Amino acid sequence: MSNPSRRKWIVSGLAMAAGGSGLAVAARIAGDYGLIPPDHGGIYGPGETLTYASQRLLTRHSLAREFPRSKISKAPFANGRPPESTEYTSLQTAGFADWKLAIDGMVGRPASLSLAELKSLPSRSQITHLACEEGWSFIAEWTGVPLAHVLDAAGILPQSKYVVYFSIQPGWWDSVDMADALHPQNLVTYGMNGGELPPGHGGPLRLRVPRQLGYKSVKYITRLTVTDSLKGFGKGLGSGAPEAGYSWYAGI
Amino acid sequence: MADSTWVSDLTTAVRPAVKTPRHTAVVRVTHWITALCFLALLVSGMEIVISHPRFYWGEEGNVLTPPLFVLPIPASRGSVPTGYNYVLPDQNGWSRYLHFQVAWVVVFTGLFYAIAGIVTRHFQKNLLPSGTQLSPASLAREIANHLRLKPQGDAGSYNVLQRITYSLVIFVLFPLAIWTGLAMSPAVTSTFPFLVTVFGGQQSARTIHFFISILLVVFLLVHIAMVCLAGFRTRMRAMVTGTDQEDT
Repeated sequence: MSNPSRRKWIVSGLAMAAGGSGLAVAARIAGDYGLIPPDHGGIYGPGETLTYASQRLLTRHSLAREFPRSKISKAPFANGRPPESTEYTSLQTAGFADWKLAIDGMVGRPASLSLAELKSLPSRSQITHLACEEGWSFIAEWTGVPLAHVLDAAGILPQSKYVVYFSIQPGWWDSVDMADALHPQNLVTYGMNGGELPPGHGGPLRLRVPRQLGYKSVKYITRLTVTDSLKGFGKGLGSGAPEAGYSWYAGI
Repeated sequence: MADSTWVSDLTTAVRPAVKTPRHTAVVRVTHWITALCFLALLVSGMEIVISHPRFYWGEEGNVLTPPLFVLPIPASRGSVPTGYNYVLPDQNGWSRYLHFQVAWVVVFTGLFYAIAGIVTRHFQKNLLPSGTQLSPASLAREIANHLRLKPQGDAGSYNVLQRITYSLVIFVLFPLAIWTGLAMSPAVTSTFPFLVTVFGGQQSARTIHFFISILLVVFLLVHIAMVCLAGFRTRMRAMVTGTDQEDT
C-alpha cells in the first residue's frame, strides 16, 4: 500500500515541478515575444494574458474586415460630447488650424505636426466596423494617415515596444504594441464618410484601431510617445482603461 | 474507466454498503468546474448586457438604429433610452475580465472532457442516444414517463431524453456559445472573417449569443428540477462521490 502511494507522490511531485518550470519557461518566452499584456497582474491576469497572447499569435498581421460603401451606417452614434474646455473650444473656433500632434519618446526626429501637415502625408481610407465594449456598433469610412507612416517619418528606435497616445481630454490616454502601431489599418484619422471628422466622433484627430473595441480609438489626440516600457505612464498598466477596471487589450 | 474502478475500490474500503459506480472522476470534475464557470459567465454576461440591453440583427446597431428587441430593464449607461429615469452603476470592466477568463477555463475543461469522452468511449456508451432509443416507441414511452413525473434511468445510465438534452447542451449549445462569442471579437474575425459572416454580422452573433445563454439557463432550471424529482440527495451523491446508493 505504501509503495504505490509513495510512487504516486513522487510522480505527481515531479510532474508538478516539470509543470511549474514549464510555465516559467513559457512565461519567459512569452515575455520575449511580446505576448504579456501590461495588465497581466491580479486575479484576471491569466485570462487576459491567454487572450492577448493567443490573439497576437493568430492576428499579428491580419486585416480588420472592410465593408462595401453600401454598408456605411446611416446613423453613426457619437458616444459622448466634444470637450468643453476652453483649450478645445478655442482651437475649434479657429477651425483647428493650430491643432498639433506631437511625436516624441524613442524617435530619431521628434516632431510636432499640424493638421495641414498630416493631411499632406499619404492617406488611406477604409470602411470598418467600430464596436463598443457596451455592445453597440456602426460602420463608417475613415480617412487618415497610417500611424506606421507617421512613426516611420519620425524614425522609431529599434528597441521601441509601445506607442502611447494622449487625448486633449485629461485622463484619456491609451497605448498599443508595435504589432498594432505598425498595422496598416491603424489610422491617425482626420476624415469620416468623406468629410472632416466631426467633433462628436473625435475630430479633428482620432487614432482608429479597428482590430480592437471602440475605447482603444481615443478621440482628440494631441501626442504620440514611443517607448520600450509602459511603467512610467499612469499606473504602468498601459492605459487609463485598466485603472478604470477595463482591460488594456481590447481585441475581444 | 480506470477512474471509476479506483473510486469504487476506495469507497468500498471505507463503507461496505451496496454501491454501484455511476459517474467517472472526469465527468464529476468537469461537471462541477463547468457548473461554477456557467454561474460566473451568467452573472458577468448579465452585467455586460445591462450596459446595452438592446439587440439588433446584421452588422451594426446602436441607439440610433431600430432594435430587433429591447429588454425592459434599466441600463448602466445614460446614453441608452430605457424608460427608467436612473442609470445603474457601470460593472462592465470586471465583468468582461471575468467573462473572458472563465471562458478560457470552459474551453480547456471542454477540450479535456471531449478528449476523455472519446478515449473512454463515454460519449458512445452514456451520452449519444442509440438507434433503438431513438425509435418512436422508445421516445413515446420515455416522454410518457416524464409526463407522469416518473422518468426512468437506463440501467445505471441516462434515459433517452437525458441523452438527447445533454448531447444538445454539450455538442451544440456550448460550442455555439463559444463560436458566437469569438464572432464578436474584431481581432479574431480579422483572421477568421467567416466566424462572423455566417451569422450575418457582429450584431447577429451577439443576439444569437444572448439566446444561447437563455437556452442554457432554461436547461439549468429543468436540470435542477429533474435532479430534485429524481432524489436530490442520491443524485448529488452520485455526482460528488461517483457512486449510486439508494437512500434507506
